[in-house]
Parts: sequence; C-alpha cells; structure tokens
Amino acid sequence: VIPAAFDYVAPTTVDDAVRALADAGEDGKVLAGGQSLLPVLRMRLAAPSTLVDLGKIAELRGIREDGDALVIGSMTTHYDVQRDPLVAEHAALLAEATATVADPQIRHRGTFGGSLAHADPAADLPAVALALDAEMVVAGANGRRTIPAAEFFVDFFTTSLQAGEILVEIRLPKRTGWHAHYEKFNRVAQAWSIVAVAASVRVDGDSIAEARVALVNMGATPVRATAVEQALVGQPATAEAINAAAQHAAEGTSPAADGNADAEFRQHLARVLTGRAVSAAVGA
Amino acid sequence: MTATIEPEVGKSRRRKEDARLISGRTRWTDNLALPGLVHMAILRSPMAHARITSIDTSAAKEMPGVLAVLTGADLADEQGSLPCAWPITEDMKSPNAPSMAVDTVNFAGEAVALVVARSAYEAADALEAIDVDYEDLPVVLDMAAAVADGADLVHADLGTNTSATWVFDSGEAGTGGDVEQAISGAEVLIERTYRQQRLIPAFMEPRSVVVDPTGEQYTMWSATQIPHILRLMLAMTLGVPEHKVRVIAPDVGGGFGGKLQVTPEEVLVFLAAKRLGKPVKYTESRSESLLSAHHGRDQIQKLTLSAKRDGTVTGLKVELLADMGAYLRLVTPGVPILGAFMFNAIYKFPAYRFVCTNVFTNKTPTDAYRGAGRPEATFAIERLMDELAVELGMDPMAVREKNWIKHEEFPFTTVCGLTYDSGNYEAATAKAMELFGYDALRAEQKQRRDRNDPVQLGIGISTFTEMCGLAPSRVLGSLSYGAGGWEHAAIRMLPTGKVEVVTGSSPHGQGHETAWSQIVADQLGVPFEDVEVLHGDTQSSHKGMDTYGSRSLTVGAMAVVMAADKVKAKAARIAAHMLEANEDDVEFAAGGFQVKGAGAAAKSVSIQDIALAVFAAHDLPDGVEPNLDSEATFDPENFSFPHGTHLCATEVDTETGRVTIRSYVCVDDIGKVINPLIVEGQVHGGLAQGIAQALFEEAVHDESGTLTTGTLADYLVPSAADLPSFVTDRTESPSTTNVLGVKGVGEAGTIASTPAVVNAVVDAVRHFGVSDIQMPCTPMRVWQAIRTGQSDAGGLGGEAGGGLGSIDSSGGAQ
Repeated sequence: VIPAAFDYVAPTTVDDAVRALADAGEDGKVLAGGQSLLPVLRMRLAAPSTLVDLGKIAELRGIREDGDALVIGSMTTHYDVQRDPLVAEHAALLAEATATVADPQIRHRGTFGGSLAHADPAADLPAVALALDAEMVVAGANGRRTIPAAEFFVDFFTTSLQAGEILVEIRLPKRTGWHAHYEKFNRVAQAWSIVAVAASVRVDGDSIAEARVALVNMGATPVRATAVEQALVGQPATAEAINAAAQHAAEGTSPAADGNADAEFRQHLARVLTGRAVSAAVGA
Repeated sequence: MTATIEPEVGKSRRRKEDARLISGRTRWTDNLALPGLVHMAILRSPMAHARITSIDTSAAKEMPGVLAVLTGADLADEQGSLPCAWPITEDMKSPNAPSMAVDTVNFAGEAVALVVARSAYEAADALEAIDVDYEDLPVVLDMAAAVADGADLVHADLGTNTSATWVFDSGEAGTGGDVEQAISGAEVLIERTYRQQRLIPAFMEPRSVVVDPTGEQYTMWSATQIPHILRLMLAMTLGVPEHKVRVIAPDVGGGFGGKLQVTPEEVLVFLAAKRLGKPVKYTESRSESLLSAHHGRDQIQKLTLSAKRDGTVTGLKVELLADMGAYLRLVTPGVPILGAFMFNAIYKFPAYRFVCTNVFTNKTPTDAYRGAGRPEATFAIERLMDELAVELGMDPMAVREKNWIKHEEFPFTTVCGLTYDSGNYEAATAKAMELFGYDALRAEQKQRRDRNDPVQLGIGISTFTEMCGLAPSRVLGSLSYGAGGWEHAAIRMLPTGKVEVVTGSSPHGQGHETAWSQIVADQLGVPFEDVEVLHGDTQSSHKGMDTYGSRSLTVGAMAVVMAADKVKAKAARIAAHMLEANEDDVEFAAGGFQVKGAGAAAKSVSIQDIALAVFAAHDLPDGVEPNLDSEATFDPENFSFPHGTHLCATEVDTETGRVTIRSYVCVDDIGKVINPLIVEGQVHGGLAQGIAQALFEEAVHDESGTLTTGTLADYLVPSAADLPSFVTDRTESPSTTNVLGVKGVGEAGTIASTPAVVNAVVDAVRHFGVSDIQMPCTPMRVWQAIRTGQSDAGGLGGEAGGGLGSIDSSGGAQ
C-alpha cells in the first residue's frame, strides 16, 4: 500500500527540528528511523501532514560518558548500540536486549530513541530503559527537560512527550559490573515478544545486592516487577531463591489477551521467564 | 566432442537463473514500464457477507489523476464468471463468481470498486474517496454449522452450503473390501478428528498484472504459474478470441500453488485496459495478498481406522469437511479429492472409504497450496499410525513396517486402484533411522521422563508417499477435471550449434533453466552453456499445461527428451550423408554421430556440425527438409510416487509450551536425480513449509469474518532462524514409468514433514495425558495441553498480536 501524501523536512540541527515540528502543527510527526512509522503510514493508519526526519541531525547520534551516566543520542541505531564498547561495559542489559530487536536490516535503520518514543508495549527497549532507570532528555520550544523512564511511558503507544517535543538523548546510570539478561519469548525470531523480561542484577559476594527487573507486554506500558526486585535483595544468587522471588513477577499486572496468549498464560510466562532471566544473569 | 565427456545429469550445478533472480536484475511484472502506463487500485470489502446498497464514486472521479472509477455494476455485463475447471460431481453447486462484487459481497477482501489513475499514488488516494454502504447479512464461518439443517446460507440462491459430496468406496469400486464390515469386526478401532487449519501460500513476490491493449493482440504480463491456462481461460471467460490474447509470465517469485489461479485482478486489469485503451498495471500489497489471494488447506477430518490386535490394519474410513470459502476458483473443489487416493498411503489397507463434503463459507476462497490434498491425507494417516501404535503398545515404526508395501511387492496396486511403480520403504527407513540415532533418542526420552525433566523429548515419524507428476490425461478425465495433463516442449537448433529449448512448464523459482539445460546437454552432446530455455510466453512457448503438482520434471522434461530424440533422428540421416555411410550404420554416442564400431579415432560429426550444414542446406540427402527443429507432447501413463522416511526430534519446554526442533532427518526416494543441489533446495523449502503448518502458520478470522492475520507480523512465516539444520539423504528407486527414472520432489518435504513434527510434539507430552494438539502447536496450546491433560487442545494460540496488530487496534502511533 501507499501512504497518503505528506510534506517532508530534514533539518540538520535539533533547534531546526523543534521549529519544523512546531511549524507542522498538530499533524506533524517525527521520523526517527521509520521501522514502525512507515508500515503505519503505508497501511494508512496514520496520515501526518508533515514528517520531520531526524536522520540528518549529527548531534543526535552517538554514545558518550558523562560522569556516572552513559548518554546515548536518540538517533543512534540499534546496530551501533549493540556493538558499542561503552554500552557493553556499563549497560550490558541494553546491549543484550538490542541484539534481539527484529532483524539485522531493522537494527541498521531503527533507532533507540525512536523505539522509546513509539512506546509499543510489546517492544523490547522501553522495558530495558525502565529497568535501567533511564532519563529521557527532550527538547521543545521552551528548551530542554528531563523525564524519568517511570514517568515517560503513559499508555499504549503514548508517552509524556508533549506536542512539539523531541526526544534528544537518553541518560543511563552506569551499571558497571552488573549482571544482566534479557529473556525474550516469541514465536518466531522476528516477532514481537509475547512476554519478555529484562533483568539487571548486582551481586555482592554470594548474594544479590540490587536488582532491576522490568516486563514487556504485561500491560499498556512496560512494567517494573518491584515485588520481585524487593524479594531478590539479600537473597543468595541461587536458582531456588531466584525462582521463589520470581513467583511475584505477575503481581499487579493486567496483561491483555490476544491470539498468542490469554492473560493467565502471560502471567504464568512472566513468572517463569523472570526466574530464567535473573538466573541467567547471575549464572545460577 | 571427445569420448570422455562427463554427463551433465547428476551434477550439482548452481542454478543459472539465480544471479538475476537474487540480485533483482530481472524484470518482475511490477518492474515493467510501458509508454502511457496507468495504474489500478482496488477497493475491497471490509465485510464478510453483506448486500451492497450503494456505492458513491462521484468524489473519487474528481480526484487528481483519476481516469476511471468502476464498480461491479459497471462491469456486470462483461466480467463473466471466474472459471472453475474441476466440477467434481455432476450435481456440484457452483455460484456465479464475478471478479468484482455486483450486489453482494461474500468474503472480506472481495473487490467492490477499482480506480485507474495516472499514478499508483493517485489511485490509492482516490480509493479513500469511494463511499460504499453495506447491509449486513449473516456470516457463515464454521463448516460444521454451515452444513447443519437451517444454517444461514452463503449463497441463498443455491439453497445449501454444500457444494458437492464426493465418494470413493473400495467395495463399490471393486478395488478392495467393505469398510463398514471391517469396522464392525474390528479388534481395535482408532477414531479421531483432526483439523487442518487454514493456511496462506505467502509467496515472496506479490501478484502483479499488466495488460497492454494497444497492439493487435492484448498482451498480459502476470506473476502467474499458468500462462497457458490463463490465456485459454481469459478467452473462455471474457469472450476474447484466443488468438488475440498473449500471456507472459516473466520471472515469477514463487507460487506454491497460490499462483495456480485465474484471478479477479487479472480479469479486472484486462477489462480496465480494454475500456481505457491504455496499458494498465495492478500490483497487490502484501496485506491484499494475504487477504484475497486464495488460501489453502482448511479441512475437518473425521477418521476411523480398524486393525487387528497384532497391528495389522483392516480398514480406513475418512469423512471430510472441506472449506471452499465463498467461491469455487480454478481447482478449488478438486483439492481435497487429490487427497482421496493418499490416505491409505504406503499401507496395505484391504478396505477404504472416502467421503468429502465441500462446504461454502464467507471466507477467502481456498485452492491449491503446496501438496494440495496430499499433505492433509498424509497428516491424517501418519498421526493415526502413531495412535494405533500407542493403543497397541507397539513401537510406531514397527506398526508401520507391519503394514507397508514390501519392496519386492512393487509394482503394487492399492486399495484406491493406483499402481505404485517403484519404491523401497525398508531402505529409506533403515538409512533414516541410522542417521537419526533412533535408539539413543528413545533412551534419552525415557531418561527425561523418568527424572521429570522440564524439557521433554519427543520423536515423530512420517513414512510418507505421495502421488504427483500431474497427470495422466485419462485419469484427469475420469475425475471430471476440465483439461489434460500432458506437457509440450520444442527444440530449436540454431546455425551456430546453440540450442533453444521451449518448454510448456512455467517456472516460478524451481530452476527449470538449469535442469533442462543439463538434460539437453546430455541428450544432444552440447555444452550446458549452449542451451537457452524459453518459457512462460504464449507467443514463444505456444503450448503448455504449466507448473504445479510436481509435474515439471516427470512430465515437462519428458517432453524435452522426446523432442531431443526427434532432433537426433532427423540429424542421423544427415550425419550418415556427411559420413558417407548408411543411416542404419550410424550411431549417436558421446556427443556425436559416428559409424558404428569405427573406433574412437574415427570421424565424428557433432550436432553442431549438422546444424550448420542444415542451415546452409547446400548438401542434404534428397528429400530431407533443412530443419532439425522438433517438438513433442508427453502424456504420462501414470503418476509419480516419491516416498521417504522423515524423523523429527522435538524438545518441548513444559514450563512455557515452546517446541524446539532438535533434529530433523529425512531420506527421500525421488528416483533418479538430475541436479542434487536443486533437489536439496526443494527438500529444504518443503520442510520449512510443512513445519510452518505444524508450528507457526494459521489464517485466523474473527467472529465477523475479518482476517486477523492480515500482515506478516501476524501470519508467522518462519525464517531460517526458526528452523533446525536439516539432515537430508536419498535412496534411489528409479521410476519405471518414464525413461529418465525421475519422480517429483516439489511437494515431498511439505507433505511429509507436518505429521512428523506433530507426532514428535504429542510424543513428548503424551505421558501428561495428551493425545492431540491442534495445529499450529503454539506455546499456549502446548502449555494448555500439558496443564490440563486434555486430549485436544485447541482454542487460543493460533492467532498473533502485539506489534503491528496492536497498532491496528490503537489506530496509529503516538
């Protein structure tokens, strides 16, 4: 199918992009890799009047350190995130999860910021951002502001980005030396997750000192499994203790039913996969 | 020519067509650009069953670039009814099948209006300006409900949802005993109902059509498997004289039976081009393809197998409901009938009865899909043999071996009256069991069960055969099919000794050009590179029956061999003249003509020498026509019966229901092999497609008849990442019904693999009380089966969601 007609602008600076988006008005839309947006346009499920392509803005690409934080430009491709040594060292969970996103072609086109701003509850990276306590730096007509991940994801395909705002970078607190695993459950390799679990764990001696666990596709937004996190802290890093903590994974969730799974199966999977994710992270 | 020339047949040559196909350098139909070309788009019904109360096209007609907006009413007098070439019974009910709905839509996706515009963009924009009003009619989706008394009707004018009931009974046919007698006296009865889910062929290249009406002939390019049949059917459907239509199937990107069709889109492009006097192109989107190109399978199989306690089978009764969808397309009614002769498979059933009821529903029409009837039959019997083994406490291979046709019993006439010409089930099985490590896997399976391992191991067997190489024309006649099953070929000898081979087969990915070149190189003693294969254009390849049913090699290549024989016969006379010998004293060997017994050093004339001599025609024997070109038409006397033993080991994660194929071994017997690499490719692709039915793919409709698996994000076609490394091998029992000794291979992997996988899944979890899991065996279905011990886990699990599906329901992204 063929998209409806739209205007296309490709600014080269964030300031120009913010202006272009403001000029476009209500029906403007940011193009940040296009791996989700273009199918929507082609199926005519959306018909924005103007696309503001961020692809030519050099300052939105790249990964750098800033003290205790790792800063990732929103237009950094999955491929670049996946193979970046800083990400591997300080945000192992992100590197691992990014490697499971769709297929190599999509990872070369799709961007970290694009995936977060799209906020598909079945997508991999929003849950990772949530688990890693990411902060979203956004730019708008009134300058920049920072939104914690916990406040960024609002509903199905809905974030707290205001009209005219652009996600410019993602700040991740360094989790150097943390153990991580992304446990993805889907039916074919390129499919979205039925459920997935992002786990990042700090081990001190033989026991778990800190844990961050987030769930994919267990609600309208990514969900932190706080009960699991609390149950893990102080426990020995053994399969038995981890599986006991993982029994809390579905608490407070209300996942949707679709053709792949009803809510009960999703909640069951959340418990099983959480146990596996944490165990794999710590090598239990 | 030297005497030590290496035969081409049997070489694993890389395919000569692949460079242009893979790199996209070729011209697919959608790449064609003609002067003045305009573009068509189709508006499709979102309703599965409704009366069209009004269509307002006035706004669309005013849109920029729009040349025409047409509805079914505009075309009613000229569109005719799409052809069905297979009236399986004399009283078969067949509804009128307009290419564009006139007053009623009968499935979601049916065309209701079209736009022709200067650009594809303008055509797509104008579609949105068409306003259609529908009045709901009751939607018929469930086959069992559709045939019940008082059911809502798909086609009210037919008075019933049953299209036809077709029966084969071995007692009545005199080919075997009475199955009711076998059942009433049975020591053991296995009764099961299996479901063949609806599948979508999902070929890689979407369908595309261009029609140029500006020449003396109408020229149609179409991404079709059947240019010759299409030309004939266009003539018969639209009343255009056959000689005024030329059909070209350029390179075609896959079909799997899905392009064995005369489509509404082909007719509509033709009519639009005719009306406008301009060349018109239509290329479907992927979603349109999944929605409206014909679907496959979709049967409910009620099965009764009778046996003795020692495992000997005594009878088989098959009662099918087969979903036609809303209309009968080209061979829709015959697809389940192609399975009628295969439920007995390789086993010596003394009594057999097959009853198939063809049912209309408000869904996309079904038709041929890789295997067409035979995968359904093979699935049923191979699942039943496992169930019989369990019932009797026997090893599933032992039950099969007890009942199969022994290799010394060939040729063997089955309970259906077919004669299997050759085969060796023992040899294929022995090789497969060894490659698989059957005993070691059984031992590991027991260990995992004993220690209650969360990952259980299952072993699945499929000792399949199939009938392919469609088909002996007389047999097709006896089945009321509307055409013959022959194939045609021609060979043109060019003055420089190069060879043009014209084939009536119509490749869409199989590698005909390579295989035909290998065959002709050996037949005529010319280099492989000197052979060009021409196909798919009714102007150059004027006669043919096209490609489907694993027929190209067993039927089409035989025509090529016969044509080559005729070339050599003509050449022999001229060779004798050139060698100053008697024709009877000349023989063709090692690529040239020589006087018999003259020795390797003696004078030899090659076919190239003769081709040049014929071109000049200065010195030919008296009365000899200066022409080596020859043509031949081959009508097979029998089907081809490939067989094989497929073994699958699956690991089932009992905590999540996930099925992982750990190993897959198949040993196929397809007789002699022209190109082992092409065979390998056919087997791998076939396995992938059969495994896809077992584990991944299903076309799902919601209660309103909307296809909910309308994108490839929802209709899950597996990729290499989802499949194991296959272990493939062959045994070779040459066919005795063609001189090449070949059997078909195009569908074998698909037919064999589905039951092997499902048998393995059920075997892994049978100790939980599970005796069946509906296809596709999704994680949720498997998990439910394990948890509840239910014997038939259906329900949720086939459909897909998330991702694009979620976008759909949210109406667009933030």
